[in-house]
Amino acid sequence: MSNVSRKIVLPGDLLSTNPKAAGYGTYVENGKVYAKTLGLLDKSNTGVRVIPLKGRYIPSVGDVVVGIVREVTANGWIVDIHSPYQAFLPLQENPESKPGRKINEILDLGDAIIAKVLNIDPKMKVTLTMKDRVCRAIRFGRIVAINPARVPRVIGKKGSMIKLLKSELGIQIIVGQNGLIWLSGDRRKVSIAEEAIYIIEEEAHTEGLTDRITEFIKKRKGEIEDERGSGNP
Amino acid sequence: MNEEAEILKRVGEKPQLIIDGKRLDGRDFEELRPIKIEAGVLKRADGSCYLEMGKNKVVAAVYGPREVHPRHLQDPSKAIIRYRYNMAPFSVEERKRPGPDRRSIEISKVSREALEPIIMKELFPRSGIDIFVEVLQADAGTRTACLNAASVALVDAGIAMKGIVTAVAVAKVDGHLVLDPMKDEDNYGEADLPFAFVIRNGKIESISLLQMDGRMTADEVKKALEMAKRGAMEIYKLQREAVMRKYQGEEVE
Repeated sequence: MSNVSRKIVLPGDLLSTNPKAAGYGTYVENGKVYAKTLGLLDKSNTGVRVIPLKGRYIPSVGDVVVGIVREVTANGWIVDIHSPYQAFLPLQENPESKPGRKINEILDLGDAIIAKVLNIDPKMKVTLTMKDRVCRAIRFGRIVAINPARVPRVIGKKGSMIKLLKSELGIQIIVGQNGLIWLSGDRRKVSIAEEAIYIIEEEAHTEGLTDRITEFIKKRKGEIEDERGSGNP
Repeated sequence: MNEEAEILKRVGEKPQLIIDGKRLDGRDFEELRPIKIEAGVLKRADGSCYLEMGKNKVVAAVYGPREVHPRHLQDPSKAIIRYRYNMAPFSVEERKRPGPDRRSIEISKVSREALEPIIMKELFPRSGIDIFVEVLQADAGTRTACLNAASVALVDAGIAMKGIVTAVAVAKVDGHLVLDPMKDEDNYGEADLPFAFVIRNGKIESISLLQMDGRMTADEVKKALEMAKRGAMEIYKLQREAVMRKYQGEEVE
């Protein structure tokens, strides 16, 4: 079984005496490795790391994020990416910008976008880019917010969970690393997906989740069919 | 509570605080009040904690790391920590005038400084971590209760820290040192000595808060420190349990 039981660790717990083993979520002091945050201990032959259970989204280069335009400036947009840090999308990094086109006509206050983190400077000034296939301005669909620490679980092992949602419901889903998820497609199917995502967020730790999600979707899809059959709105 | 002590208190005289080697509430000198801790009680906060230490009832909420407003408070090299200790008007016998006063501002400052050494501020430049602690009911030792709650709330918020802070007070009453004083011992005692310890991997590493009200001899302070350490270890276990209780069942991947 792939269900490995993992211990919960608290900040300051001693994890290893080999400083070379120190991985994500740990810190080294006097040659000893301690946990830095509350999380699950993942100990392997190569090292130790702590998978956080909670926390805000801290941007890292290459992440796909969903953001909302908070300010329009002369040379770009300031974007809220649900993080302690606001991000900046320069005019040049938006392929939709052409000379002569007004900046707020391309993206205006409150518009949602899917972008990629291009660069982060040591002062945590985050720069975004939209020059990527997944990037786009969001004009329709729905955005769902979850705890960013749960994002890997929504995606699943090698994208298994997200593939399941997409194939079962036939909708488009893009998961931002910052915990915002964009859903687009049939309104009722999007609603099912939204509910499913909340279930995944709540019960991420339980066994056989994929199976239960499959069942949940089947059941809800069935309900929609019934409604149609009986002529209810 | 003892009847005789109640009468003396009413006439404004100091009651006898130690009777037959026991304290007024029946505790031994080195016994903590019953403690109840619950992590993650507030939905809107990133991390929160409700804590009862005897008759003290406090709730802590942690927000962040988040953007700092007003902007000029931002520090480009590290996160800033803000700690607000506040007493509800109904938390004490006589109505407390709401809002910050000299006492609560001081407690906020020393408590913030007690937590700052464990929080890894350098990891979140330009951001801020806000800690709010509200005292709902006070019965001596609220600053220690608040620190214990704040510490659990910080862990619950998933903030990077080097360890955990645990606080406890020792008082001197009727010539005896007692752990975790309650209201009457605090009011009529000779000295009150609150401590906060940094605990890492189950061991006390340093003292991050030490205040004293009243007088004690050097030997008594040393003895008080040992008592406080033992008390803090007990509280530390409860703090851990509270977090574990909230997150249990998450072990399976």
